[in-house]
Amino acid sequence: MDFNDTPEEAAYRTEVRAWLEANAPKRSGENDLGLEDPVSMDAAKAWQRKKAEAGYACITWPKAWGGGGGKSWQSVIFGQEESKVSTPGNPFAIGLGMCVPTVMTAGKEADKERFVRPAVLGDEIWCQLFSEPAGGSDVAAARTRAVRDGDDWVINGQKVWTSGAHFSDFGLLLTRTDVDQPKHKGMTMFWIDMHAPGVEVRPIHQMSGASNFNEVYFTDLRVKDSQRVGAVGDGWKVSLVTLMNERLSVGGGGGGSGHGRVMKLASDIATLAGSASKDAGLREKIADWFVQAEGLKYTTYRTMTALSRGQTPGPENSIAKVVSAGVMQDMAHTAMDLEDQYGIITDPKLAPLNAAFQTMLMGAPGLRIAGGTDEILRNIIAERVLGMPQDVRLDKNVAFKDIPTGR
Amino acid sequence: MDFDFTDDQKFLKGEARRFLESRCDVSVVRGVLNDPARSYDAGLWKAVAEQGWMGAAIPEAHGGLGLGHIELAAIAEELGRALAPIPFSSTVYFLAEALMLAGSDAQKAKWLPKIAAGEVIGCFATSERPGALTEAQAQARVENGKLTGAKIPVTDGDAANLAVVLAKEGGRVGLFLVELDGPGVTRETIQTLDPTRGVAKLTFEGAPAERLGEAGEGLALAEQVLNRAAVLLAFEQVGGADRALEMAKSYALERYAFGRPIGSYQAIKHKLADIYIKNELARSNAYFGAWALETGAAELPVAAAASRVAACEAFWFAAKENLQTHGGMGYTWEVDCHLFYRRAQQLGLVAGGAKAWKERLVCALEQRNAA
Repeated sequence: MDFNDTPEEAAYRTEVRAWLEANAPKRSGENDLGLEDPVSMDAAKAWQRKKAEAGYACITWPKAWGGGGGKSWQSVIFGQEESKVSTPGNPFAIGLGMCVPTVMTAGKEADKERFVRPAVLGDEIWCQLFSEPAGGSDVAAARTRAVRDGDDWVINGQKVWTSGAHFSDFGLLLTRTDVDQPKHKGMTMFWIDMHAPGVEVRPIHQMSGASNFNEVYFTDLRVKDSQRVGAVGDGWKVSLVTLMNERLSVGGGGGGSGHGRVMKLASDIATLAGSASKDAGLREKIADWFVQAEGLKYTTYRTMTALSRGQTPGPENSIAKVVSAGVMQDMAHTAMDLEDQYGIITDPKLAPLNAAFQTMLMGAPGLRIAGGTDEILRNIIAERVLGMPQDVRLDKNVAFKDIPTGR
Repeated sequence: MDFDFTDDQKFLKGEARRFLESRCDVSVVRGVLNDPARSYDAGLWKAVAEQGWMGAAIPEAHGGLGLGHIELAAIAEELGRALAPIPFSSTVYFLAEALMLAGSDAQKAKWLPKIAAGEVIGCFATSERPGALTEAQAQARVENGKLTGAKIPVTDGDAANLAVVLAKEGGRVGLFLVELDGPGVTRETIQTLDPTRGVAKLTFEGAPAERLGEAGEGLALAEQVLNRAAVLLAFEQVGGADRALEMAKSYALERYAFGRPIGSYQAIKHKLADIYIKNELARSNAYFGAWALETGAAELPVAAAASRVAACEAFWFAAKENLQTHGGMGYTWEVDCHLFYRRAQQLGLVAGGAKAWKERLVCALEQRNAA
């Protein structure tokens, strides 16, 4: 066991640090406005292009596609170092993490030629159009219909929870093409132009007040058959490629140093029994949060070690999101309880630590749901890691149109 | 970054598992459980000594293998997995570590080779009353090199030849080495929750005692020994917790209720997923603890406490939910669930309970924040 870099890793880290030092944009106010702001979006695109030209975007992808032609451990080290400097927001994560890899795996040669390099360069942004009002955890319940019309397909339906749809150029769309087939067999995947007529994006007003996600409506959207990704009826198989990439890219982070903020808060707060810093109940919770955050950190190190050794990482990283989301919610609630009556205040000028805990409390429910709910993630761990059998299902080997829907 | 056992260490671990599967199946554990006259399995102890495991982290100059603490941790995980009914932790994680930490050259030369050879069984005698390790636990007195007082409970105190005892001399707390086969020592076997591990009350009436480490440093030294033992015990706990999860998994696949395997119900799936999550968090924390122990890093107090807290939680949770998964059968004497349930408690308390360790962890974090 050694936390230190190998000589090869250390050399790469030094090179990355020097490059970041010379090239990372200095933080400016407009970066905080969110990607809806055109100045922020321009800064994000400029940073992506700079990384791509230096071989630091999509480090593990072949150079022929615009990637860096490097190793997984290099990608991890670059990510660690990049997270230490302030860089613009990242609107490319879903495209480069999920959609474009799907095109690279299942798409036609012409599509790869057309889409991969512009995505790596940050010129084109992608979103993932899978979830629907009737299919959240159950993605294969998608109802958005694509009907063949000569050389075209005509698409009608609605997607939901689409991150970044409002600034995306292209989308990867999962559709239902045959309702007489069982649910997993009658689906087909397409890429679509998000600016085409028949695509309407409406922001979702989240309980936190922000709008990071959208509803996307399709009304007689016409796409060419050449926009199909994979065979007709293979949509579910293709979507699994995307979702596998999602599990690799979502997760981790969240609440890492949160215990330190609670300790800082406690030092300024009195309980009926004296300083909150000395409160035994709180101290036990701080220890529990710390142990979980440390456990996740070192679990990531174990994964990185496997990558460094050229091995396939084990399933251990699948625990990250379910742990960090729960810690975040518990920590926020506990900290607000400490603040007592004051805890209800959300004005960052008045609330302790600029209302950090109030913000966490309102963000945590989203983190527990996005990218796989707590419950779905536990199912995945039980079924894929521990080998438990699938639950009894009422939707297998039944024509999609005959599956009970409850409404 | 190299945050895993090396290939050599994995090989050692694999060999240890095979050895224990052949020499310490559950009938060996039950042999000690069912026989009140035995506090450990002497045959297994001898066989383990022949493997050289007691000396894994003891330098070659003192008769050990001189491998290191990562190797010892790998062995510990396998011993925990096998619920090995031997006084390994008391002898190796406590006595040998205390000697290597604070022993004089003469003390090391006298005892370490015998420990490495499996000729000496040790114990760590601090507790006198319910509650955490504080000065109040040091009512025993040393005067003119003679110890008087009583220690209870002392894990492996009934089999041990040499004890490390927390006591006061001239009003100052120190650690003392006491030969238990010598004069002035009475042992009384104590019934505990985990009869696969021996526990005694040791009463001293003028027993010859030799100071270990500096006078007045007893509590600080005891804490340092506990930090080292906590990391190694965490590996035993992770080993036990992983095996409990494996038991729960295979039972969930073979047991049918309402026409299907109980493992297909989400109530069981989520329970097993939660065990897996806690086990992985404990393993990762334990790896960091092992690194801190092996390198003598300044992070050891934080790393040891985090290892201990995570491991206590993981083994307790895995043991109780494994039993629950087995339903009524899990509550019977014949099914092995209770062996893990017992051992989880034994390991969770032997180096101090999780509550005390959480307090120790937050104190260490406060010191780190202040620095």
